[in-house]
Amino acid sequence: MTGSILFDAIVFLLGAIICVSVAKKLGLSSVLGYLMAGVLIGPYVLGFIGEEGEDILHFAEFGVVVMLFLIGLEIEPRNFWNMRKTIAGMGGLQVAGTLLITYFFFYAIGFDWKVSLVVAMAVALSSTAIAMQTIKEKGLMETTFGTSAFSILLFQDIIVIFMLGALPLLSNSETEVVAGTHETSGNLLDSLPLGYQTLAIILSVVLIIVAGRYLIVPMLRKVAQTGVRELLIASALLIVFSISFLMEYVGLSPALGAFLGGVVLSNSEYKHELESTLEPFKNLLLGLFFIAVGASINFVVIAKIPFTIGGILISVILIKALVLWITARVFSLKLDQKLLLTFSLAQIGEFAFVLLSFAFQLNILDQEQMDIMLVITALTMTLTPIISIINERFILPKIGTKESIKRPMDHIAKSQNVILVGFGHFGSTVGRFLRSHGIEATILDQDSNRVDFLRKMGFEVYYGDATRIDLLESAGIAQAKILICAIDNPGVTKEVTKLVKEKYPHVELMIRAKNRYDAYELLNMGIENIYRESLDTSLALAKDVLSKLGFRKYTLNRQVQNFIKYDESSLRRLASEPKQDENYIFKARKELEEQEKLLNADFERGVVAYDNHWDSEQIRKALDKSNPNSTS
Amino acid sequence: MKKVLVLFAHPKYEKSRANQVLINAIAKKEGVTFHDLYEIYPDFHIDVDAEKKLLEAHDVIIWHHPMYWYSCPPLLKQWIDMVLEFNWAYGPKGKALQDKLCLNAITTGGSKELYCSQGSNSYTINEFLRPFEQTANLCLMKYQKPFAVMGTYKLTNEELDGYGAAYNALIDSLQQF
Repeated sequence: MTGSILFDAIVFLLGAIICVSVAKKLGLSSVLGYLMAGVLIGPYVLGFIGEEGEDILHFAEFGVVVMLFLIGLEIEPRNFWNMRKTIAGMGGLQVAGTLLITYFFFYAIGFDWKVSLVVAMAVALSSTAIAMQTIKEKGLMETTFGTSAFSILLFQDIIVIFMLGALPLLSNSETEVVAGTHETSGNLLDSLPLGYQTLAIILSVVLIIVAGRYLIVPMLRKVAQTGVRELLIASALLIVFSISFLMEYVGLSPALGAFLGGVVLSNSEYKHELESTLEPFKNLLLGLFFIAVGASINFVVIAKIPFTIGGILISVILIKALVLWITARVFSLKLDQKLLLTFSLAQIGEFAFVLLSFAFQLNILDQEQMDIMLVITALTMTLTPIISIINERFILPKIGTKESIKRPMDHIAKSQNVILVGFGHFGSTVGRFLRSHGIEATILDQDSNRVDFLRKMGFEVYYGDATRIDLLESAGIAQAKILICAIDNPGVTKEVTKLVKEKYPHVELMIRAKNRYDAYELLNMGIENIYRESLDTSLALAKDVLSKLGFRKYTLNRQVQNFIKYDESSLRRLASEPKQDENYIFKARKELEEQEKLLNADFERGVVAYDNHWDSEQIRKALDKSNPNSTS
Repeated sequence: MKKVLVLFAHPKYEKSRANQVLINAIAKKEGVTFHDLYEIYPDFHIDVDAEKKLLEAHDVIIWHHPMYWYSCPPLLKQWIDMVLEFNWAYGPKGKALQDKLCLNAITTGGSKELYCSQGSNSYTINEFLRPFEQTANLCLMKYQKPFAVMGTYKLTNEELDGYGAAYNALIDSLQQF
C-alpha cells in the first residue's frame, strides 16, 4: 500500500483532518489528534503506512526546528538574557535528576551500565514539540508554568549536543568506523581537538548573530522590495535550512541554532512576515511528526512483552514526573502550576529517537533494547497529553485553583448576566467600574493567583480557558446578556468571539481590540462594539499636550470627540475595503502604507478649522455685508 | 397630520416620576419622534448635522424639560447654541425652521401660586420662558402656549396620569393644527 507518494499524502492528510477535528470537537489538544491519526493509519491498525514511517519521522523533525525558530522570533534578546538563570537552574536540575534516577533504575533492573546511561540520557529529555505546541495552543506561554517549561526544554536542547558528543566514547573501539559513517556523527567537530571544538561552537553562534544582523535583514529588505510573495517564503525557508545545515555541520542541535536565529531576528521589521510565512509549515511538519510518532508505535513488541513495557513505561513517567515536581518545588511554583509542569513534560522527547538510533549504530544498544525504548518513547508521547487532560479536567479543579466555586446564595451576585473574560489591567478596570454600580460580572481568568485573590474579594470567578465552550457554559453564557472580552491576546480574543457568536448569537459582544488591524478583523466578523485600547488614551495625552501649548481645554475636548468620530468612520470604511494581501504577508510594510493613507487623509482635512459655534466673527461679517452702514 | 419632535432634556430622567408619566403617555404615538438628548449626547457632543436633518423632517418642535433655576437644563441650552446656526435657523438666509410650531413642555417643583408677582418666584412661567419664545420668533417659528405641569412634588399618581392624558391630547391637537 506504499507505492505512490500521492496515496501516502492522501492517507496522512485525511487521517489528520479527521482525527484532529474529532479531538478538537472533544476539547482535546490537536497533538493527541495527530498521534491517534498515526496509530490509526500505522502498520498495526489500518496498515496504510509501513516501514517508511521512520523516514517520515526524521523528515518531520524539521518541524521542531521551525517551531524553535518561531519561538525565538517571539523572544527578544533582552528577555532571553533575563531567563538565563531559570534555564540553567530548572533545566540543569531536571536533566541531572532524571538522568541519575533513570540510570540507577535501569541498572537495577538488569541493564548493562552503558545501556542504562544511554537510556537515561534519552529519558532525561522531554518533547519540545508536544509541550510547546500544547502550551501555545492554550495561550499559557506567559504564565510561570509556560516559561518554566520553556526554560527546561531549552536547556535540554543545549545539553543534547553534549550527549551526542559523549555517545561515541561509550562505544566499543571496533565499532567506531561504523559510527564515523553515520550522518549525525559525520560532522566537523569530531575531527577537531577539544579546544577547537569549543571555538567552532562559539564561532558558529557568533556567525548566526552576525549573519542575522548584516546578511539576513538586508536580504529580506531586497526580497520585500520585489513584492513577490513566494520569494519571501523561499527566503524564510532558506534562513531556517541554512542555520540547520550550519549547526549540523559543526555538530550542534539544529533546533538550538534555529532558536538563536529567531532571537536575533526578533528585533527586525520582518518579524511578522517570517512568522506568518513559517507558521503553516511548522504546523504541517509538526502534525506530520506527531503522526509519524503514532505510526511508529510497534505493537508487536508490546504484544511480546506487555508487562515489561508497561512497567518501564509507568516507571519512566513516574521518574520524570517526580523530578519535575521536585524542580517545580525548588523553584516554588504554585500548586496548580506545579501540576501542569509535572504532567506536560513527563514524556520522552523526539531527541530520544536520534540518541537511541545513534547509540544503536554505535552498537551500544541491541535491536531489542532499541525497539523497547522506541516504543516506550512513542507511548509516553501519547500518554502524557492524556494525563495532562485528566489533570486539567479532574485534578486541577479540585485542588489549588478550582474552575469554579459554589458560593452562598445570599450573595449579591445573583448573576447579572454579564461575563467578563480577562481580569488583567484592562479587565479589572472594567470590572471595578461595573461593581461600583452593583453589577457583578462573572469573571473568567487564566491566572490562578489572580483567581484566588478575586475569590477572596468576593467575585464570582471561573478559572480556565475561555475558548472552552463548557467553561463558558458553566459561567452562564446561555443566560448572559453581554460578554466582555478584555484579554490582550488578539488570537484568543478572536477565537472566543467566534465561538460565542456562533453558539450563542443572542449574547452581545463587547470586545477589546489591540489596534486598528484587530479592529478590522473583528469588524469583518460582524462585531459592532469594538474598543481600541490605543485610541482614547493617546488622544487624552495629545489633548493635554495641546493644552500645555496654550489651546483651550473645552475646545480641545470637542476636537477630540470630533477626531474619534472621524477615526471610527475611517476605520469602518477601511475595514470594508478588500484586502489585496489577505495573508498580511508584508505586514510591517502594509502597516506603514496604511499609516501613510491615514496621515494623507489628515493632511487633506488640514489643520482642523474650528466650527463656528460661540464665534461671532462669521455673524459680524455677514451683517456687515448685508448692511454696510450699521457699523457700531 | 403634522409630525411632532419632542426634544427631551433631563439629566436624571430615571428619578423623575412626573416626566416618566408624561413621556410614557406620548413617546410611542404615531407621528411623534421622542428624542432623548441626555441619552443620545451624554458627552454634550451634539451631532449638529443630524439634529438639523431631524428638525427639517418635523413640523412641531417641543422643548420638553424640567425648569432648573428658571431655565432649561444645560444640554438643551447647548443644543440651542449649536444646532440653531446662523444663516440656517436665523440670519438673512436662515429660513429652515420657518412656520414650524414650537413650544415648551415643562415641569416645575414649585406650584403655580409661587410663580406670580406675589409669589416667592416673583414672575410667571410665561415671563421665565421669554428667552425660548424669542428664540422661536427669531427662527421664524410660531411659538405656542407652554404645556406646564407645576407643583410636581405634591402631585398624586392619579393627578399625574391626568396630566399625561392632557399632554397626549395636546399633541393630538397639534398634529391636526
